[in-house]
Amino acid sequence: MTRYIVSRLGITVVMAVLATLVIFLIANTVPGDPVLAQLGDVAASDEKFVAEWRTKFGLDLPLWQRYLIFLSGLVHGDLGISIASQRPVLDDIIQFAPATIELATIGFVLALLIGIPLGIIAAVWRDTWVDHIARVVSLIGVSSPTFWLAFIMLAIFYGGLEIAPGPGRLDPIALPPERVTGLLLIDTAIAGDWETFRDAAAHLVLPSIVQAAATLGLITRTTRASMLESIQQDYVRVARAKGLKKSTIILGHVFPNAVIPVVTLGGLAYANLLSGAVMTETIFSWPGLGLYTFRSAAALDFPAIMGITLVVALVYLIINLVIDISYAFLDPRVTR
Amino acid sequence: MSVAGEAAAARRIAPVPTKAQRWRRRYGLPAVGMFIILVWIVVAITAPLLSPYDPNLVDVSNRLKPPSGEHWLGTDALGRDVFTRLLYGSRISLTTGFVVVLVGAFFGTLLGGIAAFARGKVEEIIMRLTDLVLCFPPIILALAIAAALGIGTVNTIIAMLAVWWPKFARLAHSMVLTQRSQEYVEAAVVAGFGPGRILFRHIIPNSIGPLIVLVTLDIGNAVITFAGLSFLGLGVVPPTAEWGSMVAEGRELVAQWWVATFPGFCILSIVLGFNFLGDGVRDWLDPKARKR
Amino acid sequence: MTKTLKAELGRVATGADAPALEVKNLHTQFFTDDGVVSAVDGVSFTVKQGEALGIVGESGSGKSVTALSLMRLLDEPARITEGEVRFQGRDVLAMSPEELRSVRGDRMAMVFQDPMTSLNPVLKIAKQLIETMVVHGRFTEAEASKRAVDLLGRMGVTAPERAVESYPHQFSGGMRQRVMLALGMSNEPALLIADEPTTALDVTIQAQILDLIRELNRDYGTSVVLISHDLGVIARVCHRTIVMYSGEVVEEGLTEDLLADPRHPYTWALINAVPRIDEARPLDRRLTTIEGQPPDPLNLPQGCRFAPRCPFRVEKCDVHPDLAEVAPGRKARCWVTQAGTTLPKKTLRATAASAEATPPRVIAGRDEAPLLKLRDVVKHFPLPKTGYFQPRRVVHAVDNVDLDVFRGETVGLVGESGCGKSTIARLVMRIHQPDSGEIIFDGHDIAKSTQKQIRPLRRRMQMVFQDPYGSLNPRMTVGDIIAEPLLFHGITKGKAETQERVDELLNIVGLNPRVGRRYSYEFSGGQRQRVSIARALAVRPDFIVADEPISALDVNIQAQIINLMLDLQERFGLTYLFIAHDLAVVRHISDRVVVLYLGKVMEIAPADRLFDRPLHPYTRYLLSAAPIPDAAVERERGYLKLEGEPPSSISPPSGCRFRTRCPLAKPICASEPPPLVEHEPGHLAACHFAGQLK
Repeated sequence: MTRYIVSRLGITVVMAVLATLVIFLIANTVPGDPVLAQLGDVAASDEKFVAEWRTKFGLDLPLWQRYLIFLSGLVHGDLGISIASQRPVLDDIIQFAPATIELATIGFVLALLIGIPLGIIAAVWRDTWVDHIARVVSLIGVSSPTFWLAFIMLAIFYGGLEIAPGPGRLDPIALPPERVTGLLLIDTAIAGDWETFRDAAAHLVLPSIVQAAATLGLITRTTRASMLESIQQDYVRVARAKGLKKSTIILGHVFPNAVIPVVTLGGLAYANLLSGAVMTETIFSWPGLGLYTFRSAAALDFPAIMGITLVVALVYLIINLVIDISYAFLDPRVTR
Repeated sequence: MSVAGEAAAARRIAPVPTKAQRWRRRYGLPAVGMFIILVWIVVAITAPLLSPYDPNLVDVSNRLKPPSGEHWLGTDALGRDVFTRLLYGSRISLTTGFVVVLVGAFFGTLLGGIAAFARGKVEEIIMRLTDLVLCFPPIILALAIAAALGIGTVNTIIAMLAVWWPKFARLAHSMVLTQRSQEYVEAAVVAGFGPGRILFRHIIPNSIGPLIVLVTLDIGNAVITFAGLSFLGLGVVPPTAEWGSMVAEGRELVAQWWVATFPGFCILSIVLGFNFLGDGVRDWLDPKARKR
Repeated sequence: MTKTLKAELGRVATGADAPALEVKNLHTQFFTDDGVVSAVDGVSFTVKQGEALGIVGESGSGKSVTALSLMRLLDEPARITEGEVRFQGRDVLAMSPEELRSVRGDRMAMVFQDPMTSLNPVLKIAKQLIETMVVHGRFTEAEASKRAVDLLGRMGVTAPERAVESYPHQFSGGMRQRVMLALGMSNEPALLIADEPTTALDVTIQAQILDLIRELNRDYGTSVVLISHDLGVIARVCHRTIVMYSGEVVEEGLTEDLLADPRHPYTWALINAVPRIDEARPLDRRLTTIEGQPPDPLNLPQGCRFAPRCPFRVEKCDVHPDLAEVAPGRKARCWVTQAGTTLPKKTLRATAASAEATPPRVIAGRDEAPLLKLRDVVKHFPLPKTGYFQPRRVVHAVDNVDLDVFRGETVGLVGESGCGKSTIARLVMRIHQPDSGEIIFDGHDIAKSTQKQIRPLRRRMQMVFQDPYGSLNPRMTVGDIIAEPLLFHGITKGKAETQERVDELLNIVGLNPRVGRRYSYEFSGGQRQRVSIARALAVRPDFIVADEPISALDVNIQAQIINLMLDLQERFGLTYLFIAHDLAVVRHISDRVVVLYLGKVMEIAPADRLFDRPLHPYTRYLLSAAPIPDAAVERERGYLKLEGEPPSSISPPSGCRFRTRCPLAKPICASEPPPLVEHEPGHLAACHFAGQLK
């Protein structure tokens, strides 16, 4: 077990280093000279000035040396300076991350709570109306463009029916709590400010439903397929021959096997929620990483985009690591 | 209750489904999916014939008109006819969907197949590269690459291809590995056939099923991703009519809901079509699911 | 109310004489897309208290569906449409789901064919055993967990305390089947149904499991229903046997009588189609076979279902016969035997004593250099690494194997799974490359050659594979499959010539040339194997490696393929390397036999010699474990019990690989690997104490 975890950890570190290389290469070998992009037209026409600029930022060094410099910067937490905000990218990310984490987590939990039972029910009552409804709901979930779904929800419940609060994390007039974790629900609870807590919660409803929709579809479908796969196995027939109750068979025998692929998918889905927040946050003006990404992309703010990509890739790797480790507990065959 | 009645009750005599019921159960949704896709393909081809207006005709006097007999789905902020732009938008969505998935599948399959066939160092390098790309969230990596390459349909397609091939490489790799150990492939080795003949005449024809399923399901995925990148302003150069960017243009216009709503429906319908079809193809190719 | 009371009283009155299980007119049908298939079509039988009943038949005969119907374990589209399954006085088919559940796993238990998939991989053995005991309320959780250890111990699981805390994947197939038996016996059922419980196991492990089932039947008085395709297995365990064909019972009787004197032509054919391990090889090696295949279940013959294939058919067989008494305690569904006719007896060729009477076949090439020579061949397969930093482990598939095959002879290669026999086949055919050693085919060392260099030799050596379903490309027509090597090697040119040769080849293997246009999935297993042979013959080879070519086939089809291979050998002067795990078949077909264990040669000898006077202890055990389809012989025969499991081929034992299970083992066996020594002319054994096992 320990050996397995250590070796997984090793792989993650290797992949993380390689990921930095990929990002470095994207940022440095793209067509179009980043120097010319950053200097104005006038400055760019002055060859001497350009050369000085190159030396100043080490751009005349060979690629591998620049990579090492980049890497040592990373080790010290230096992701560069955002062109748009003129602040260190890392500071920006730290500021915006909690909003995204809060939203993604709630959306994810929502998707799990509905998706897994729905998938189980659809598999057990295969080809009945429950199954058909689950199938259509989940297919619509995965087929809806998130940015559009967000718009529709906002248009109906905020613009039309006026029963939901508008964009943002809090009402414009609400006083945000003192920042402890950056997660509003927790910070307001700590501050004992229940009015703001309610406000924050209300603002979370629509975006988290939107976030959950696609994930819900994926989880339902995977759970169903995986349950059906397990239901066909010989050990299920054996369990029936033992005289076990149907519910014991489904939950005690089939589900523990079926959950394994769901965990993989769920982990990836959570990672995608963190990154896929771009669409939702843009529509809901949600001050998180997604909105930051959108603004950076719109402004072609390279240091910011690369910084986010790197951070998200690391999160991805860590979640993959967690999935791999959770395998060791869920599936005894993995560690031998 | 009579013994016979009890027995009948215990055996849960449900009516045996008729042939038509079974057909509907098996091919119903895929048929709907196929129909949706075919309709969109026809629309994309004949868009100039079907559309009442020029998609890029700016008419500021007619801006943000709600749906009416004149403009079936209303007009946008520049007074362009939404219906017309939707018809033209299908061209971009379908083309990018098919191009990204087919080209990505081609290169991915080729690399995965080579890896599985060559074994050793080549396999190690290709598969580690695959792992590496897969350790990035696709949309963020595509966004980074698209941003680096610059805005434009072709650049966005290239960015998507860069993140698209690995899943096909992984699938092809495992498929070929599975097939390689099959006895009919061993029989081909024993017959003295060269690796090219074995790969193309024996292994690939037998691995194609799961690839087709993935391709079908994935086109919808590609359509939605491209629309997403366009929504973020990276996909197409304005004023090109494209569904994702149309939603973006209308995203602030809650009162003029038609501007953003209809393009979304178009994306939804086409993606749904591919998902319906892909689901059916999977059931159809999977002998286990077919048995039932 | 009164009705049930009466039934209760009636049951008590008849007491112990009441049958444990009574099946009446059982019909199970599959509602498929193509139509309704009657898999079980009016089956009736009884199992007495404490009796072991065997159900025999080929695949598709309905025997497994019958077994599953007894506990109503079938899924849609299968339905039980008619009949009665009376168990302890109650009709299982009329039970409510609740009642049914209380019977399943409690009074009536079942063991399935494949132990590898029958246990839940993510649950501990303990949980899987305990829940069965607890759910029926016979034991508390604490009692059950104590009893789980007990049961495993009784079923011969080593270190049961540790075993209950393990997961299924940590066990071999044999051990898992012991766990399954423990599971079946956990509530001390009145009836144990075992559906091909040993089919997936090796012969020595099969012997252990069959012993266990016999003990349970004898010592606990548990009634047993044993389903098997193997008459030997039935002969070893069952008192009484029913034979099924095409969904019907065609014969019923005491096992001993039924096997010695079959009264249905189908039973007769089954018995005659299999060679016996205790029978010297006859001069004419052809086996008795019947034509054709079982009828299409969607299109059953009007009359006797066996009539189209029956060598004894008479006019009356156009009418469907009933199962009727042909002798006291014996029933048969056959007009011929019901009229009193007896079927011809199989003449047994005696063993040992008269073995010398059958002279060994004259092998022309025996005096020349061997056609195929293996020297010191080694093949280790690396296992996938479990992580980047872990040492790579290897499977010792083949270790220092020496082997000769002379022109014109058949060499049989036998051993249990993991012994390396299939790997040797693939090394000889150079599907795999050996790590070291020489493989010399007719003077060419092919061990190190590239595929290109071997290509010309491919026309002389060919292979027939085990899996008739996996060995033909499903995307090509049968004609194309056979034509491909012809065209590739330039043996035929042009369409017409190729077509002609393909037709000829199909004819040679006994198929109608018209079938060349069809795809392999339209064929039965036996037909596919014929296609596979035709493909091998296409390039006119003189040497064929046959890797378990008949192990996936029913016995009658097996016999047909064996006969075909014998014919072809005579006709084209072929040399065979024949790999099998069925010892009787190997004895029947081979001139010389090589016994393998964990990648090493244990013994080599002329076939009859090896089977009558084996020198290596492992060979002795192997022969002893193989069941013989003769209840009288099985009853008399005291046989050697080989304990334990074969060790892992990842870290094989030092010295002699068999020493961990060998009763003769001494310290020398651990320190020095025994060399393969010629003890008598042509009889080699790798054992420090060859011939000393009593």
